[in-house]
Amino acid sequence: MSGFVSTRGQVGFNDLKIPGAWSRKIGKDLYEVFIGPQHPGSGHMRIIIRIDGDVIVEADPDMGYVHRTMEKLGEGREWIKGIPLYERMAIHDACNVTLPYVRAVEQLLGIEAPLRAKYLRVLLCEINRIAAYLYGFGIFGVFVGHSTMYMWPFGDREVWIELADWLTGARLTHSYPVFGGVRRDVPADFTNQLRKAIRYMRKRLEEYRKIYVDNPVIRARLEDVGVIPKNLAIELGITGPNLRASGVLYDVRYNDPYEVYDELDFEIPVFQEGDALARVWQRVEEIKQSLRILEQVADWLDKHPREPILHDRFWKTAPPLHKKIFETEGRAKLVPLYALLKVPKGKAYARAETARGEITYYVESDGGQKPYRVRIVSASARNAIVFKYILPGHRVMDLPTIYGSIDYFPPEADR
Amino acid sequence: MSSSEVIEKIKEALGDIIESIEEGKGVVHVFVPVDKIVEAARKLKELGFDHIKDVTAIDYPKENVIKIIYHASSYGNVELSKYIVGLGYSIPRDTERVPSLYSVWTTADFQEREVYEAFGIVFEGHPDLRPLLLSPPVAELKPLRKDFVVKEETIFRK
Repeated sequence: MSGFVSTRGQVGFNDLKIPGAWSRKIGKDLYEVFIGPQHPGSGHMRIIIRIDGDVIVEADPDMGYVHRTMEKLGEGREWIKGIPLYERMAIHDACNVTLPYVRAVEQLLGIEAPLRAKYLRVLLCEINRIAAYLYGFGIFGVFVGHSTMYMWPFGDREVWIELADWLTGARLTHSYPVFGGVRRDVPADFTNQLRKAIRYMRKRLEEYRKIYVDNPVIRARLEDVGVIPKNLAIELGITGPNLRASGVLYDVRYNDPYEVYDELDFEIPVFQEGDALARVWQRVEEIKQSLRILEQVADWLDKHPREPILHDRFWKTAPPLHKKIFETEGRAKLVPLYALLKVPKGKAYARAETARGEITYYVESDGGQKPYRVRIVSASARNAIVFKYILPGHRVMDLPTIYGSIDYFPPEADR
Repeated sequence: MSSSEVIEKIKEALGDIIESIEEGKGVVHVFVPVDKIVEAARKLKELGFDHIKDVTAIDYPKENVIKIIYHASSYGNVELSKYIVGLGYSIPRDTERVPSLYSVWTTADFQEREVYEAFGIVFEGHPDLRPLLLSPPVAELKPLRKDFVVKEETIFRK
């Protein structure tokens, strides 16, 4: 006997260990495979699948690896501190994610943001949406082994992140909308740069189509994979582009318009196929609509003179120095009133369309300086159910395709 | 359709099992007795409220009550999709078992697991009731109840 060490009895004769995944035999021809949580293809989550041959018979999404107890932490913080806390769910989609919280509190306070602030919110929401879609494309590109589709969207995302940086002062986690308004007005010449970015993005989307979406190799992997029929999509309550790619016309911007979405001219694309390819096309079409919205917002901002971007209730309490800074630099510094803000007793429910779908906030106040209860259900948390009900019946090689096409984002889902 | 029309429709459908109706900003809460919740949910689904957006539980230690609310809305009906109806019930804080609505709304699958782990309430009839985000030892502490107090560290001396 020289040098041979049997693995029998340690991990089991039939056990397989490959980096990022491991499996064990649980019955005749039935294996349990643990994918993640460190696997580059699954992010900070684990999917436990049971396979017969290489066909998935059961899937159990195991979430919670990046759970940050936001609902509990929110109860122990002043109202204004909720904004930088909740935007940690999806840092590149920060404005969309925190907007319904801000709106819910505004409803309880009985105030509304000035018109200019509403346009500025829509501006950042759409910039965030495009950046988040591009991020999703990049990750999906890695999943299906298309490295160009990883490089390109991540490079182009920088255009939108730079714009957000210029507008808000932060690349990610902007904390831009606050109760009663926004923190900054657009810098001079911003709208011209925005139009340049819109023209660039339109050109790039056409190039994405040529190299990726209409690529026969990619289509072979995406078409008719992970089909979510319309009735099942409704039954599972999934949301966002995944829902619309299954033929359901539902977008919060259209069904329950908030801010100034009802004054803007745009369309809600809907695809009927419900497969992975349709979900990619859905996002491409939605970027085009976001660009349309941004053009209109840029025109509006050009035509209208600057006006206060904070509701009077807050703005009138601002010290003279703050007002001077606003006049010279366009920045509305947080007024001291926010720190001691008491929100009237009551309950409010607000929703918004984020890049990954609908996010809902249920906010309850007992009249104090801190929320009594904030219940957040993000889009990814609602889309996670897809893995349990759609994966069975697919081959293991389809798992990254389905996972990527859902655009699942673990930090957002775990909250 | 206005929100008062939606409330009328719900009153008509649910009839006298409604205990109380509370209106919030952007939401209407309809409370029913806990033993009638499945029946009420079925009727609400027949009206067109085809999915739920979340399952929320709120703890009121002073009144010794936990409220569990299912926020339902519609994908199929554009008119109804503008409204969110919270169907809920109140239970004493020491209640251990309540009926699951998984059989009515499949969406409740993961959401009820979240309420189970954070409040320690068992949903009877749920096919796979396990903690979703928390590990079992943390879930035993029932962390979202008000008597679980988070001790936060501060950089300032107190």
